[in-house]
Amino acid sequence: MTAILFLEQTLNGVQFGLMLFLLAAGLTLVFGIMDMINLAHGSLYMIGAYLMAALAQATGSFWVALPLALLATALVGAALEVTILRRLYERDHLSQVLATFALILIANEVVRLIWGSQPILLNAPAGLTGPVELPGGMQYASYRLAIIAVGLAVAVLLYILVTKTRVGMLVRAGASNREMATAMGVDIRRLFTAVFAIGAALCGLAGAMLGPILAVQVGMGENILILAFVVIVIGGIGSIRGAFVGALLVGLVDTMGRALLPMFFAAFFPPQVASNLGPSLSSIMIYVLMAAVLFFRPQGLFPARG
Amino acid sequence: MLELRGLTKRFGGLLAVDQVDLAVKDGEVHALIGPNGAGKTTIIAQVSGSLDADAGEIVFRGRDLTRLPQHARVKAGLARSFQITSIFRRFSVLDNLALAVQARSGSSLSFWRPVAGEKALFDEARAIADEVGLSRRLDLVAGNLAHGEQRALEVGLALATRPKLVLLDEPMAGMGPEESQRVIALIERIRARVTVLLVEHDMDAVFRLAERISVLVSGRVIASGAPQEIRANAEVRRAYLGDELAAG
Amino acid sequence: MKKTIFVLGLAVAFPLVMNALDQTFYIGFGARVLIYAMAAASLNLVLGYGGMVSFGHAAFFGAGAYVTGILAVEGLRSAWIAWPAALAVAAAAALVIGALSLRTRGVYFIMITLAFAQMMYYVFVSLKAYGGDDGLSLPGRSTLGFGLELGDELTWYYVVLVLLAAVLYLLHRIVHSRFGRVIEAIRENETRAAAIGYPVYGYKLACFVISGAIAGLAGALIANQSSYVGPGLLHWVQSGTLMIMVILGGVGRFWGAPIGAAVLLTLEETLSGSEALGQYALHWQLPVGVVLLAIVLYAPQGIAGLIAGRRRA
Repeated sequence: MTAILFLEQTLNGVQFGLMLFLLAAGLTLVFGIMDMINLAHGSLYMIGAYLMAALAQATGSFWVALPLALLATALVGAALEVTILRRLYERDHLSQVLATFALILIANEVVRLIWGSQPILLNAPAGLTGPVELPGGMQYASYRLAIIAVGLAVAVLLYILVTKTRVGMLVRAGASNREMATAMGVDIRRLFTAVFAIGAALCGLAGAMLGPILAVQVGMGENILILAFVVIVIGGIGSIRGAFVGALLVGLVDTMGRALLPMFFAAFFPPQVASNLGPSLSSIMIYVLMAAVLFFRPQGLFPARG
Repeated sequence: MLELRGLTKRFGGLLAVDQVDLAVKDGEVHALIGPNGAGKTTIIAQVSGSLDADAGEIVFRGRDLTRLPQHARVKAGLARSFQITSIFRRFSVLDNLALAVQARSGSSLSFWRPVAGEKALFDEARAIADEVGLSRRLDLVAGNLAHGEQRALEVGLALATRPKLVLLDEPMAGMGPEESQRVIALIERIRARVTVLLVEHDMDAVFRLAERISVLVSGRVIASGAPQEIRANAEVRRAYLGDELAAG
Repeated sequence: MKKTIFVLGLAVAFPLVMNALDQTFYIGFGARVLIYAMAAASLNLVLGYGGMVSFGHAAFFGAGAYVTGILAVEGLRSAWIAWPAALAVAAAAALVIGALSLRTRGVYFIMITLAFAQMMYYVFVSLKAYGGDDGLSLPGRSTLGFGLELGDELTWYYVVLVLLAAVLYLLHRIVHSRFGRVIEAIRENETRAAAIGYPVYGYKLACFVISGAIAGLAGALIANQSSYVGPGLLHWVQSGTLMIMVILGGVGRFWGAPIGAAVLLTLEETLSGSEALGQYALHWQLPVGVVLLAIVLYAPQGIAGLIAGRRRA
């Protein structure tokens, strides 16, 4: 029993981690290249989930709605960048924090105005609602496996994009030294908008895919946003590789912590203590992880800069 | 007064400062020259304490400062100015200097008494302003000063802590001839009471002011001695001076 | 000076006017504004004057509240014990969190203060004995003695006002003292402050602790205000709200925090309760967000800055 539970939690952790990666990748790029803290990133995730739900309803098909939702979210992201966010690049971090916090408030209310305060329904695609049998006899939700597959595919695509293409090279150059990239004649403004749009699309993908599992409701962005920030701090700002490793770490630690720590405590401590300690400790595990990483490697695991 | 023994600093694979031995005598003006990137500012940073030494010792007036934090070194009488102007841009000139004076006079863990009432503090700040030629700029916001005046404030901040040894990092950076003369005059004025380690590219100033010169190339001291010796030194000419002298 | 007397006069007269107009509900609202003004002022010290973007300030606010709440539920309702305890615990938390966080800078500092606040949030949420997710109801307000019944809204208001005035006066002295100068210098140019001989880390930590302590006191008061504490007080969104107040009013400006608190809470009160807005009243955070965005983009000096600017012109 325990081996299967362990394996299941590991897979859940990987699945969650890969979705976190989608958010963290966009976030770390924006931070690394534009030196901008963007709290509204979580809102793009929420918008992606809502657009997906709406489009899935309208078209009646998950797989048709998905690319449309991604495109729509990318457009929203690009629009935000062009109108508001690009004015913040030269400003100090505090201003960026406050302005993007304001965007969270606005986004939450706009979504609430359109869709109401209650969570809305987003169903997994018809073919993937049942469990799948894994080698070894274990049953695992097929949809979650699909998420893992999509997450890995995107990770590979991003890797190819960033390391093998010209755009990717520009992005990496920008991440490590913005002034140099500008001096070399790169059209910074178009690059920034593109980076932002891609980041938004990734958020949208994460939102769309996680929608059937987590609730699609106002405020869903804030919870995952913190985790995404923890990921990029652990992974190193500006580094996609760092975001990947960090996201998997965080996903695994968080999932396993929540599942296993209470059991662990129950085995060694009286139930009163265990029921109090277990959940709170597992919630703070990732923060302890972040503090530990920062202590030994203040720039994160794979710093892109400096 | 200051002795550097085997001072070393590595940045990743780059050996920026390589086993540097340097001695600055009491009361002298000692110039440190060398091509860009030789490691001069790195040495200044290490001596002042903003950068750690990877190896070697920094002995100041008989005390080993190598492990001491920056603020303790300032208290011991060591001050530095910056190559790239680093002042308190939104404070007035007077407030800039008063801050530096405040650091040196009594505790600033004082939460109740208003600073504005401390006449002695501001009088001393005015005196420093006089010294560096900023008496008519006292109430101007530092960020609005002309470049030359900002460099003067830069030096003033270092002097305000009443150091025994001041590390001046290219005080004449970006100055025209007239302004440079003023800085030279300033150094002439203070040399009676402060020992000076001067990093400069302006050879005119260096040869006029320095009693001894050390030449730093690629992190190593290749020569150290009286100005005429340095001028005549073949290796120095080849590595650095030749171009400078030819340029005039 | 005249400004201060004017504001003080307004504050003193406010509940009496409300009483006369038979709008006693607003006296409680006024007390709430005063308490948040205190919390925001504490944040302004560390953020506006000190330049430390602490996204975890709610941790100290909430900790102070919970200490008061827990003590009250356990039978210790005297303000003379509960409020200093709240202050002390918040100060201790600020000392630990500050000592660790101040070793970092920039975004790492912001993140790590945020992380610590979240940690404290989860710790308090897990305290099932003290309400957990639902929060804790207090048996009533703290007892002060001297025949003062804090349950009476008018008395409560004036007690809070006295405390706020004392805190603001203390902050005023601090800001103009030697310590205040150093803190602002560190914010302005930390490298140079260190180079002229200030042990920068120590000063930042002292500022952080003072700020946290005051937030803790404000927390004790907020627990009393509605006789209730909930983990939401520690949530990072609460930190964000405090930051909004500070920037709205004017970061680093003395009257910024009280102005910001008053404006934001009044906006919330009028918009969310407005009958004219009907069903749209629920979405009061939308105009708040827009105003905040506008301020950040176009008037970063905040309301206090706008007022000061106009006077000069």
